[in-house]
Order: sequence, then C-alpha cells, then structure tokens
Amino acid sequence: MSKFKKKAVVKQDIPTSSMPDVVFMLLFFFMVTTELRETAIDVQQRIPEATQLRKLARKSLVTNLYIGEPKKTEQFGKEAKIQADDVFIEPKDIILWVNRQKDLLAEAERDQLTVALKVDNEAKRGIIADVESELRKANARKILYNTMAKKEIIR
Amino acid sequence: MADIAFLMLIFFLVTTTIANDRGLSMQLPPPPEAKQEDVKIQEHNMFKIQVNSSDALLVEGNPMQDISGLKEDIKKFILNRGNDPTMSDSPEKAIVSYKTDRGTTHRRFIEILDLIQGAYYDIYAEQAGVTNKKFREAASDLADPANRQIYDKGRAGVPMQVSIAEPTKVGN
Repeated sequence: MSKFKKKAVVKQDIPTSSMPDVVFMLLFFFMVTTELRETAIDVQQRIPEATQLRKLARKSLVTNLYIGEPKKTEQFGKEAKIQADDVFIEPKDIILWVNRQKDLLAEAERDQLTVALKVDNEAKRGIIADVESELRKANARKILYNTMAKKEIIR
Repeated sequence: MADIAFLMLIFFLVTTTIANDRGLSMQLPPPPEAKQEDVKIQEHNMFKIQVNSSDALLVEGNPMQDISGLKEDIKKFILNRGNDPTMSDSPEKAIVSYKTDRGTTHRRFIEILDLIQGAYYDIYAEQAGVTNKKFREAASDLADPANRQIYDKGRAGVPMQVSIAEPTKVGN
C-alpha cells in the first residue's frame, strides 16, 4: 500500500508578482475609456434595440437630446419630456438651443452638427415628431436615434 | 503601490460609462416652405407602411402581424425595375413611405425603421460586394478613400428614399 501513501507536495500559492502589472493595465484601460458625465439624466432611458447601427465618426460634432418620462413623476408628471443639457425644455425652445450648440463649434463645422436623440422605448412618436420639425426649422438636419445593438438572427 | 492602483481602478470602474454613440442615422428633409409644389408620385412607386397608435402595422393597405418578411418585401419592391407593374419602376423612383401616429411608441418606430434601413443597406452591401456590417462601417468613416469607394459603389443608382410623414393625431 505504500504506493498510494505518498501524497504529492503541490505548491498552492499563486504567484502575485505580476499582479501590479495586471492591475495597472486594467486601471489604464478604464482611465482611457471613462467619460465623466457632466449632466445628470432626469428622464427614463430604456434605449430600444436595432441591428442596422451606424457609428458617429466625430464625437465633437454630436450633441444629445434626451426624451422620456421624467424620473421624478410626482414632481414633473408622467408625460414624456425633453431634456437638453441639465434642464427640461419645450419643443419651441429647440431652435434657440440648437443655435447655442452651433455657436460652440467652429464656423466651418456648424452645418455638420449631429443631434443624437436618446429616446426611451415607451416615449410616443408625437413628441419626437415635434422635436424633429423644430430641428428642421433650426437647420440641424442630421440626426441619430440612439439604439443598442441587437443580435441579428442568421437564417 | 498595488493598493493605490486598486483604489484608482475601483474608482474608475464605478464612475465609467462607456459611451454609446451608435444608432440609426437619418437626414431630415429641409424645412417646409410656404409655397409648396405638389409632387406627383405614382402610386406603384410608393411602398406604404403605416403604424397606428396601438402599434399595429399596415403594409400596402394590408394588416401585418409577422414582420419577419417585411425586409425582403421592401428589397423586392426597390429592386423590381419595372417587372411587376404594382411595384417600383426603378430604384431611383422607389420611395418607402413610413407613417406613424402620435401615439406610436418609439420602440415600434425604431423596429420598423431598422427594417427599412436594413433593406437598403443589404442592397448597398450587395452592390459593393461586401457584407452589410462592413458597408455600414465604411459609411461611418468616409474620410478614408477606400471606404468612400465602397460607399459610392454601393449607393450607385439606389438613393435611400425613406419618407417619414408627419404623424396622424389619433392617440397622443
């Protein structure tokens, strides 16, 4: 039975000398990809899914509009609202808002402003159509409906 | 040192929001002018999609529950080239008309718009001889001449004519 008596001596320590390297690598990854948010979003954002996504090439030309039911329904009601920067705005204020956004860009790039509409799943078409018609008047005609990627079913 | 690194790592892990700037790209039409000419469009050159306030779908006047075949229908309509008299004369003349109601949810709107754009991108990708995904990537970065070439080749003769009409006012 002596054959089975001997137990192999296995070293159980995990070498930790490379741990700082791994941690630093992760740290740098998150430092580079992180983007500190300057606005708190006060509307619901359940973004719809789609397959035919396009990516925006230049982020400096993009400005966001958030549309959805307010998170504080007891204060703002249940109707979907438009949030630009940090405040709720009405459709009629959009032209002014677009012009202010355009002023932030260099003169040659003003017509390339893209408005990204981050719209909640349950928001109605009505309010979005109002926003779109104001954007047309403000001559900010490049828009993007923000969506998540949906897995395409391959048949 | 590893402790400090860990601390910073956790900070960035918590605060990070990986930016999502992808979605369905669109170009809105110019603002309506006071004097507008009526443009006559032949009925058969238009593919009509309507969605009502309860998200039910009407395609070319017929109710449709299962949307899995819609993309193929749109492609067939665009690339008809006069074969079937009830469909478009040529891809240049083909218009996909998409009308919703004010009460239609955004989820439904995106679902159908995704199919319409998907039909066009499939056609473009086939013409350019690349995959759909590759074409969309190329279209997102036109500064690169190779991408520009793919883009122009794909879109040759098939303009993306999607008309999104002002919504009706049944639901709100």
